[in-house]
Amino acid sequence: MQCQECGKRPATLHYTKIINGEKTEFHLCDGCARDKGEQMPGFDGGFSIHHLLSGLLNMDTPVSEGKPRGQEGSPSGLRCSTCGLTYSQFSKIGRFGCSDCYQAFGERLDPLFRRVHGHTAHRGKVPRRTGGKLKLRREMEQLRDELSKCIRNEEFEEAARLRDRIRSLQEKLQG
Amino acid sequence: MSLRRFTEHALSEWMRGEGPQSDIVISSRVRIARNLSGLPFPMLATSSQSAEVVRKVEEALRQNPVDLVIREAELIRMDDLSDLEKRVLVEKHLISPHLAEESRHGAVILSKNEAVSIMINEEDHLRIQCLFPGLQTDQAWRLADELDNGFENTLSYAFSEKSGYLTSCPTNVGTGIRASVMVHLPALAMTQQMNRLFPAITQVGLAVRGIYGEGSEALGNLYQVSNQVTLGQAEQEIIDKLQSVVRQMIEHEKNARERLMETMRTQLEDRVHRSFGVLAHARIISSKEAMERLSDVRLGVDLGLLSSVSANVMNELMVKTQPGFLQQHARMRLDSDERDMRRAALIREHIHKQD
Repeated sequence: MQCQECGKRPATLHYTKIINGEKTEFHLCDGCARDKGEQMPGFDGGFSIHHLLSGLLNMDTPVSEGKPRGQEGSPSGLRCSTCGLTYSQFSKIGRFGCSDCYQAFGERLDPLFRRVHGHTAHRGKVPRRTGGKLKLRREMEQLRDELSKCIRNEEFEEAARLRDRIRSLQEKLQG
Repeated sequence: MSLRRFTEHALSEWMRGEGPQSDIVISSRVRIARNLSGLPFPMLATSSQSAEVVRKVEEALRQNPVDLVIREAELIRMDDLSDLEKRVLVEKHLISPHLAEESRHGAVILSKNEAVSIMINEEDHLRIQCLFPGLQTDQAWRLADELDNGFENTLSYAFSEKSGYLTSCPTNVGTGIRASVMVHLPALAMTQQMNRLFPAITQVGLAVRGIYGEGSEALGNLYQVSNQVTLGQAEQEIIDKLQSVVRQMIEHEKNARERLMETMRTQLEDRVHRSFGVLAHARIISSKEAMERLSDVRLGVDLGLLSSVSANVMNELMVKTQPGFLQQHARMRLDSDERDMRRAALIREHIHKQD
């Protein structure tokens, strides 16, 4: 695809802007992107990742997605009671003030996470000491996946071994 | 003073160029972001809260069981460093410009071999970084993971079941992991294939950017490939994906090099030797030209067209010719003209030492 600005070089930056609900797609080459001040994060030139994030945060979010627990009024009136950061400050600077902000801004963050990561829930490592039962639950999920794979492949000896491990984890979880 | 060890010796382990695939992959890095529970993130932390973070981490460091790496590690406070010393640490990729310039009670823990650098009070309370030569993302992740577990024995991290490790910036939440590989891709650049590669890489959730360069053109044909997604994928998946994409890039680069050797060998030899000639004899050289010439010479060494220098001299010079290092070496402030002369002298010295 050619750059829509100069029509000479291939477009390397592709993005969609939504202003007042109106969607516009852009396909630019690096040179024109730079001239328009639309650089990718990580390059010098004042257009930082936080600008980009704040753009994402200010996109229209359906109201139904944005009703965090125990919060009232408009989303921009949200405030983290621990560090005092407001949602509107957060949406300007693109950074949280403390770990409780995640709770305070609640489900309103899901659309942002979905846009940035394509997901809203963590699937990785869990702290050993403070992760508690979550760690056991994760391990069990993984063992269950392995178990069904073994059954599919008719590896019954291994399946029996996995079944026993799942049982002992279950006991630990209930205990 | 022991700090000199880190600022005077240019060679870190990763520059020795003795890792797997080191003809194309310069280094592999894994960074994990962690925050302590119950304290605001560095952006909003008061001075005493930030000082408390340093204290807690220092204490945890002493109890960290990963002592083999960490035994001879040192904690260095940003306030104890001159601007120049900070700059040198940035040029060696051991700290970020943000820690050097903007942090309050910023500090870094450096292992003796410089494979581990742990930044304190950067954008997050802790940023554990492991840097290996060549393609060793797995090894870098394993070590970072181990160090993380060691700290977690004593420190309580900000973590939630849903969002994972809670970070200051929403782009790091979840695993908090950023893995990146620095690759040298002169043949793909020469054959103008980078523009095709870039969007493909972006589509699988990875990013490519130049490392010293401004804009899209990576100086010295060096590119950094890293993961962008940190939430919803497990660490090992992230590492595996990056690794597999980099392996494909290596394949493409190797093919392009072969094709160049088959179809344009003389032109390639001419380019390599011209660049070598400039580096061996120039009296004035800009940082941009030095990077470009070093890239050509490195390619020549990798392809066996040039045997009078070794590839790791190139790695070393790519760092040593940066402004901070040059001034450290000269022990004085230098303006840009003076730097261009010193740079040329330093390169000549290194190249002739090898003859």
